[in-house]
Parts: sequence; structure tokens; C-alpha cells
Amino acid sequence: MEKRIFDNPADPSLDRVDGRVKVTGKATYSAEYAVPNLAHAVLVTSTIAKGVITGIDAEKANSAPGVLAVISHLNAPKVPGWGSAAQPAERAPIGTSFRVFYDHFVYFDGQPVAMVVADTHERAVYAASLLKITYQSEKHRTHFEANVQQAIVPLNVQRNKTSPFADYDRGEKGQVEAHIEAEYTIPTQHHQPMEPHAIVAVWEAEDKLTVYDKNQGVKSAQGQLAQAFKIPRENVRVIAKYIGGAFGSGIRVWPHTIAAVLAAKHVGRPVKLVLGREQMFTSVGYRPYTVQKLTIGASKNGKLTSITHEGIGQTSAYEEHLERTILASRSLYACPHVSTRYRLLSLDVNTPTWMRGPGDATGMFALESAMDEMAFALNIDPLDFRIKNYAELDQERNLPWSAKSLKECYVLGAEKFGWKNRKLEPKSMQKDGVLVGYGMASSLYGFHRHPSKARAVMQADGSVIVQSATMDIGPGTGTAMTRIAAKVLGIHAKMVRFDLGDSALPDAPGQNGSSTIPSVGSAVHDVCVALRDRLIEMAFEMPGFATKEKSQVVVRNGQVLASMADTNGVSFGDILKHHHRNELEISAESKSGPERDQYSMYSFGCHFVEVEVSPFTGEVHVTRVVTCADVGTIINYKTARSQSIGGIVGGIGMALMEESAMDHRYGRYVTSDFSSYHIPVHADIPPIEVYYIDKPDVHVNPIGSKGLGEIAIVGVAAAVANAVFHATGKRIRQLPITPDKLI
Amino acid sequence: MKPFQYLRPKTIREAISMAAEDPDARYIAGGTNLIDLMKRGIVSPSKLIDINHLPLKKIEHKGDRIHIGALALNSEVAQNKLVTVRQPLLVKALLAGASGQLRNMATVGGNLLQRTRCSYFYDTALPCNKREPGSGCSAKEGINRTHAIFFYGNETPSCIAVHPSDMCVALAALDTAVVVTGPNGERRLMMKDLHRLSTAQPELDTYLAPGELITSIEVLDNVFDKHNHYLKVRDRASYAFALVSVAAALRMEEGKIWDARVALGGVAHKPWRYWAIELMLKGKEPSEALFREVADHELKSATASGQNAFKIKMTSNAIVAALKTAAGIS
Ligand SMILES: Cc1cc2nc3c(=O)[nH]c(=O)nc-3n(C[C@H](O)[C@H](O)[C@H](O)COP(=O)(O)OP(=O)(O)OC[C@H]3O[C@@H](n4cnc5c(N)ncnc54)[C@H](O)[C@@H]3O)c2cc1C
Ligand code: SF4
Repeated sequence: MEKRIFDNPADPSLDRVDGRVKVTGKATYSAEYAVPNLAHAVLVTSTIAKGVITGIDAEKANSAPGVLAVISHLNAPKVPGWGSAAQPAERAPIGTSFRVFYDHFVYFDGQPVAMVVADTHERAVYAASLLKITYQSEKHRTHFEANVQQAIVPLNVQRNKTSPFADYDRGEKGQVEAHIEAEYTIPTQHHQPMEPHAIVAVWEAEDKLTVYDKNQGVKSAQGQLAQAFKIPRENVRVIAKYIGGAFGSGIRVWPHTIAAVLAAKHVGRPVKLVLGREQMFTSVGYRPYTVQKLTIGASKNGKLTSITHEGIGQTSAYEEHLERTILASRSLYACPHVSTRYRLLSLDVNTPTWMRGPGDATGMFALESAMDEMAFALNIDPLDFRIKNYAELDQERNLPWSAKSLKECYVLGAEKFGWKNRKLEPKSMQKDGVLVGYGMASSLYGFHRHPSKARAVMQADGSVIVQSATMDIGPGTGTAMTRIAAKVLGIHAKMVRFDLGDSALPDAPGQNGSSTIPSVGSAVHDVCVALRDRLIEMAFEMPGFATKEKSQVVVRNGQVLASMADTNGVSFGDILKHHHRNELEISAESKSGPERDQYSMYSFGCHFVEVEVSPFTGEVHVTRVVTCADVGTIINYKTARSQSIGGIVGGIGMALMEESAMDHRYGRYVTSDFSSYHIPVHADIPPIEVYYIDKPDVHVNPIGSKGLGEIAIVGVAAAVANAVFHATGKRIRQLPITPDKLI
Repeated sequence: MKPFQYLRPKTIREAISMAAEDPDARYIAGGTNLIDLMKRGIVSPSKLIDINHLPLKKIEHKGDRIHIGALALNSEVAQNKLVTVRQPLLVKALLAGASGQLRNMATVGGNLLQRTRCSYFYDTALPCNKREPGSGCSAKEGINRTHAIFFYGNETPSCIAVHPSDMCVALAALDTAVVVTGPNGERRLMMKDLHRLSTAQPELDTYLAPGELITSIEVLDNVFDKHNHYLKVRDRASYAFALVSVAAALRMEEGKIWDARVALGGVAHKPWRYWAIELMLKGKEPSEALFREVADHELKSATASGQNAFKIKMTSNAIVAALKTAAGIS
């Protein structure tokens, strides 16, 4: 393994910089901002999946103690960005975001139809129970299989033929000596982070808004709110310093956020809204129900000759949601002939959204299950099969990889896992009466780097404050950025403070698509380099330094030193003092250049999973996981490892238990809490070993680091399903793999 | 949540008279079930009678039985020396239930009276006979993967929900009496007579009279301490209700089964004591084939509602696996 650049035994990982405030309850989450004169709102949601609201009897609710307002489409303040809301006669066409309290149409079950605001939360809840809402229902469509014939080429593609989701065909089919064809289904799955979505909305003036809102991008929320309420961007401040998990549920501004802002306007007081757990199922998106068909051809000696990957995803009746489902099949393996098709099925449900490993976690379940099926058909080891079809360049774009160490991942992972002990035959390994299975899968995730800004302010005492409007939904952004800054500036991490989660800070992308370290990490790197260079220049303006050789200069322990050998330099504080400065501020912007067109950029990895399956009860226990990733430079091993572990846990949930079940007679979810929507608990999680190649990808950005958060989950469900097949000889193509499917 | 009054009686008598005065009053013990039901608007008591200060926590052995106070916590019972030595099956069932945190709050009385986890019961927007008699049973033709497969006789059930408790399955297998006190004094019910099947009145889970307070349970000494097992099949390793569970206990001598107890959870509106199997096992030599034969025998009478069809085979498998472990055969 290469030398670790950021993190090595001499310079071990940082503990989370915000760990202490989080575990001692001192971190303030969105619902905890104690704003004076706060009123409390409760959402009331529809109980039909399609139709119109015919009446809202608010008399009792209005006269309940403490009630300040009952808000609905009948009386809600207008949202200026939505135009006039005279009662429209028609439903909004597809492509229109759902506009809360806009008209009487119901588009999905669980849609916000009214809101009660009261002086306390309890009183709002009670008053909400007194509201009587009547509907006229229309026939709804929520059942995927029953309506699948109506899936269409996404309008997005119809309008834009160069869309990556357009039909794709490459090359000629080679000789097909072995052939498999299979259909894979993943059910609707919900992010359901521990912290429910919450917002405190405060109108500071007629055109000035502050929100403490759980989201994954303060800057994009700021933009969306400014647009909706037609006020200058700088008049909107969005604060989200601590997030109790999100996994994609906070990427966009959802209807409940707008509803809370409207409510604050309506009652002339700050308003707090916290979604109930059951409301989290219909308010903040989900991983869409998706059916995929994989057709794979190979030669007898195990070379892929053809891959066809078709995917149909679910979306709402008013918006299209597209995801990468079928894209990985074009790049992951060397294959002369690849075709992909992507379709969308509009149903009377709320719009899905990105959920950890969006599209790829879904697509890779199908592709990597199918690869396993093909390896079995060819009677070759699944890992060997993948290595045989290793892609040395990206055939989709016909470009070299910026860097790819997937083969090293395979080798390292297999060795750590003990893959060689796997018997080829399914159902051939047993232990104490239970069936044992080994499975593996590859993973990849595209590289995303967005323009980002950062500011660094050196203080008189030589400490530095670094700021950027980036986010931390859990991965430890502040910790990683602190480490980058400390490293570049040659100071102890304790001398760095990193500020994030506030739209008043320098522009940064939201936290999604594993883009934070690549984008913001680069900006922090660049701004600290600029600050360091400025300090060096200033040192050279000081007596004693002017005669030194500039190329020899280094920074270490908060000092500028004339050379590596020098032990007595000038401290940053003294430099500032000499120049009569209390502080020194530098800003920088960082973005990609032409390398984007010269290389194909991806993170890669693989997972090895051992399961035990009870032949009597069909219960599956994951007993061991080894994961290995090639994501370029690892900034902070400790938090990186946690990211990988979190992804594996999510993948185990996806594979074995997560499923939002809907009763299609009503178009309504029956899973509405953590008792019915199962996510893994500690007892489900085995020891997880995490390895990184930790080689910088010199083509992607100045820190050589690619994204890790998303790829951590991609492929895990397939690895589990493949292990279950190996243990039992049963191929489960419909997630989750619950005991009933195995007995 | 509707506003309610909170009361804290000091004596059992006071508690009972508070309950007798107001049919909408409810006792609250650990609150782990009742509070959820109140939050979701399924029950709206006018008064909460907090019984946690009543002297009902004792666990002691008297005569031929262990007396366990109704307020003893699930975690306390599971750790109690008397219980671990004399009734290991009960301990296994308790530890299979809920999570460590919940067991630290949940009481014996509350566990006996916890309500079904049928999702429709929790959703006030949809019909449910148990919540709103006469409105219909949404589960029958809906999402019923976790629902019952055993009913009594030929009567069409108005509710196909299952009783969710693990503890109760062990108590049903072991001969347990439930001691209750009401306005008319104290009475004892055998475990099999506490819970109802769902027939005409699905809203009622038990045969307790309104306002009756459970004060203790009594578990008779028995000979099942050596050969017993509680097997719980579930969708995840902890913190999930049973798809199917089996409490199995055997008395074995000279390689033969002299006495047997089998009760099932997750399959009926009440903990399901499997009397027929018990009779069939007596006097036989334990073997997988025997266990399979007895398990399949009564499963002929099981009825699935759709998504829960797998439970029939799963129940059979679980009975076999539990009996094998109890008997110590591999
Ligand atoms: C997420 C979750 C998972 C769970 N998983 C499991 C599981 O796997 N297995 C399992 O068995 N259980 C499980 N439980 C249920 C748990 O065991 C029950 O909630 C608990 O036993 C109830 O006890 P309590 O003291 O909190 O009852 P409470 O909520 O206080 O009361 C429940 C009911 O009993 C009545 N009551 C309480 N005590 C008395 C008394 N002495 N006399 C008369 N009436 C009384 C109350 O009025 C109320 O109607 C789970 C619960 C939760 C929330
Ligand atoms: S099974 Fe029982 S609890 Fe469930 S919906 Fe039917 S009546 Fe209600």
C-alpha cells in the first residue's frame, strides 16, 4: 500500500471536532432554536391518494385553546414565486413542483392539506385532531406492477436527446455462449434519519427571512426560498449547523418548509414545525420502487459479450425524478455491446428523491446480482469473473480513468476476507446446522466536483478560522476540513476552527453526490495555500528573512521557517504583529478545469460478505463484512471508516429489511413507524473491516481525493444477496430478503 | 393528544375506585404501549391513573409457585434469581422481547395487556374493527404478512390481528395464573382464559372487567427447567415483533418425553397453547421426524389470508427447531 499522505501513524486521525458537543447535548439542531415568541405548527395530511378537497371544517379547531390559525389553500398567504392562485380548474402538468396550500387538488396520500398553529405543540396537535376535512376521491394509481405498461421515456429525455438517460446502444454483440436474463425489484425505501425534518421560520422583516431548517444545502435552500418568496437572496438566511442524518432527504426544499414559512407570515410570529415520524414517509422523498431487467451474454471462457440493462423507476404524477439506475452498466466492465433503457412510471405518490448511493445502489443491486448469476452459469468464481472483465478504460466515454485501483481493491479485500476458502458450489458450506454463504460485489460512483468558495482568517494568536457554507449531515465535514487546513498551514488542528451550515458563509454546494471533500476540500486546500503563501511573503518583508532562499521555505508548527532544517522561524502571530494586523483574511474559489474532458472519474470499491442462514426459519444474519475502496486520498481515516461502516449498515438494511409497504386500495403506506419500517439495529451488524487504497488521484483536484459517502452503500445489497444465494442456492431478486422468501 | 387528567393513587383500593368512577380512565404502568396509542389518537383516556407507586413489584416464591408483582419490570423479572433458576423459559421469552431500553420500562401487567401491532389499528384514517367496531378489517384483504393463521372453530373472525407479546407465549406454556383485583374483590384467571379470540367483539383483547387491576402473576413450579427453548423468528435480530414464536418445554426421562408444553406466538389473536401437540409427544422418543409429524398435524387447521401464507410452513419449521433445541438433539 502507498504511503498515507494525510493520515499516517505519525499523524493519526482527528477525533470528530464536534463529537463532544454532540454527545453532551450542546449541539443545537433545527427544532431546538429557542426563538422568542415561537408558535408551533402541526401539519394535517390527506387521507386519500387522488381527488379534491371539498371542505375544511375548522370551526372546532379554531376555537380550541391556544390556536392561532388554521391554514389551508383557502386562506394561506400567497407564495409570490408561484404566480396567482385563483382556483385552477386543472391539475398541474408534470414538471411542476408540488405547491403546498395552493389549490384543492390532492396528488398523493399524505399530502399536506392544512396546518394548525398554536401557542404550544400539544395544543396544536389537539386542535389538528378536531379538523374535519372532506374530499371527493378519484380513482388513483399507486400499484407499480399493475400500471407498469404506462411507463414512458422520461419527458426530460424527450426534450433533450443528449440526456444521459436517453436510450444507449454501443457496439456489436460478440458471441453469446452463455446467457442469463433476470428481473430485479427494489421496493420503495425511505431515508428515515433519526432526526425528523424540522424548521423554525422567522420573518425578521417584511422581506427578510431566517430559517433554521434541517437540510443538506443551506445555499440551495437560500436560493429556493428567495425565489419562492421573491425576496433578494441576501435577505434569506438559512442555518443548519448540525444534522441528525439525512441520506438525501434534505437535498431540496420540501413543501413542509414552505408551509412553515407561510405560517410564520400568516400568524406574524416565528413558527416551528417538526414532522411526525409517519409524516416523514410522504414529505421528504424516498428511494423509488424500481424494476430492472438484466440480460447478459458471455463467451464460454468468461468474457462478457453483451449487457442489456433496462430500468423503470417510479415517480409522482407531477414531477419527474430520474436517477443513475442503468448508467453503471456502461462503464463498470469491459464489454463490446451494451444497451440501456430507462423509463419512468408516474403514479399518484409523492416525488421520490436521491437516497444514499442514488440510482447506483439500485442499479448495482441488479447488475452485480446478474454478474453473480452469470458467474454461476459459467461455473467460475464470481471474483475471477469480474477480474476477467476488468475495464482498463471507460468504454462509455472512451476515455482513460483518472485513476482506478479496483483490482487492488479486489485483491486486498479477497485476502482480508479469506475469499479463497469459498467453495464454488452453492449450499456447500455449513456451520453448526446453519448454511454459510460468501458473496461479493463491486461498486463505483461518479466523481462530482462543484465550484466552491472558502475564506480563511488568520488570527493574531496564529489560530485560523476557515469558513464555507458547506454542510455536515454526519460524515464529519468539519473534522476533515480542519485536517486539511491544519496540514496545509502546518499548525495543530486545535488552532483551526471550521464554520459551516450557514448561508451567510462563502458559497458551497450542498452535501450530496459525495461532492463535499472533492469540492469544498479543494477550496479549503486552496485558500489555506493562498494564506500560507501570503504569510510567507509577509515573512519575507521582515528583517532577517529577505536574504533567504524562497524555494527552501517551509511552514511548520505555526511558523515560517527558512528551510526544513531550520528550527527557529517566525511565528504566524509575529508576522501579523510585525505588519500591524489583527487578522489576515483570504478568500478563494476552487473548481474543475479541462481535466473533466480528458479523464473519466469515478470512485471504485468492492464488498465481501459472509451470511449465515437458518434452514428452518429463513433468517439471514450477516456475520462478516470486508469492504475496500479506492477513493483517492483519505483525509481522515477515523471518520472515513465511519462513513464506510454507515454505508454498509444502510446496505444491509436495503438488502434484508427496508420496505415501505403500501395498501394500494387506499394508496397509503401502512409502514408508518420504526416498528413497521425496519432498519438494522446493533444486533444485525457484524464486525465490519474497512480498507482503503489511499492513493491520490492526481487528476481530479489538488488534494487527490474522491467521494466516499455514496459509494459506501453501492453494491452492498448485491453482495448480501449473492452471499444468500451461495448459502442457500436461492436467488432472491426482490428486495428485501426477509425470512418468508427463504423458507 | 387530548388533554387528560393525571392521577397518582397511593393504594390499590384508591386506584380501583378511581378507575371505577370513570370508564374512560386508564391505568398506566411503563407507558411504553399506552403513550404510543395516545400519541396516535387510538385511545384518548380522560384520566391516567399512574400505578407505578403501588406496592406491586415483589418477586417471591411461596408454596408451589413464584409470585411476580404486576409492576415488576420485564428486565427485573428476566434477571431475578428465582426466575432464572426455576423458569428459564420465561426468561428466554422476556429477553427475546423488544429492546433493553423498553424492557427497563415495560411491566408484567402492561406486557400482558399490550395491544396488537396491526398497522391498520394504528392508522386512524383506515377502517379497523378493533379500533372502531363495525368499520371493517383492513388487514383481511390488505397488508397481512404478520397476521393470524389460527382461529377458533368455523366462525369468521372480525379481526385477524395477533397478540404481539413474547412473555405471554412462555406464560401460556407454563401454567400461569393472573391475579386481578376489581371493585368486587380479587379473582384468578388462568393464562388461557385471560385473552380472547376475536369473534364478535374484536375491540376486547381480554376477559378483564372494566377497571380491574392486575396485581400479580403466579407461575407454578414445574419440571421444565432442563429442556426448554424459546424460538422467535423475526425480520431483524432484535427490536422486532415475532413473525412466529415457539415456547417449547419438555420433561424427559430415559430418552423419552414424559410431558410437553408448546405455545405459539404471532399466529393468533391470543398466545396459542398447542394442546394437541403436547398430547402427541407424550411417551415418545424425541426425533426430528416425530417433531415434524406433530408440528404438521394441527397446521392442517391453519388458514392464511394472503401475504401470511408463509407462516404455515414457518410455524411448522419453528416448532421442529424449537423442540429439537429443547430436547437437545441436532
Ligand atoms: C418498539 C417496540 C418494540 C416492542 N417489541 C416487543 C417484542 O418484541 N415483544 C414483546 O413482547 N413486546 C414488545 N414490545 C411491547 C412491550 O413489551 C410493551 O409495550 C410493554 O410490555 C408494555 O408494558 P408497560 O408497562 O409499558 O405498559 P403500559 O403502556 O403502561 O400499559 C399497557 C396497557 O396495559 C394496561 N395496564 C398496565 N398495567 C396494568 C395493570 N397492572 N393492571 C391493569 N391494566 C394495566 C394499561 O392501561 C394499558 O392499557 C415492544 C414495544 C415497543 C414500543
Ligand atoms: S386485523 Fe384487527 S386490528 Fe388489524 S385491521 Fe383488522 S380488525 Fe383492525
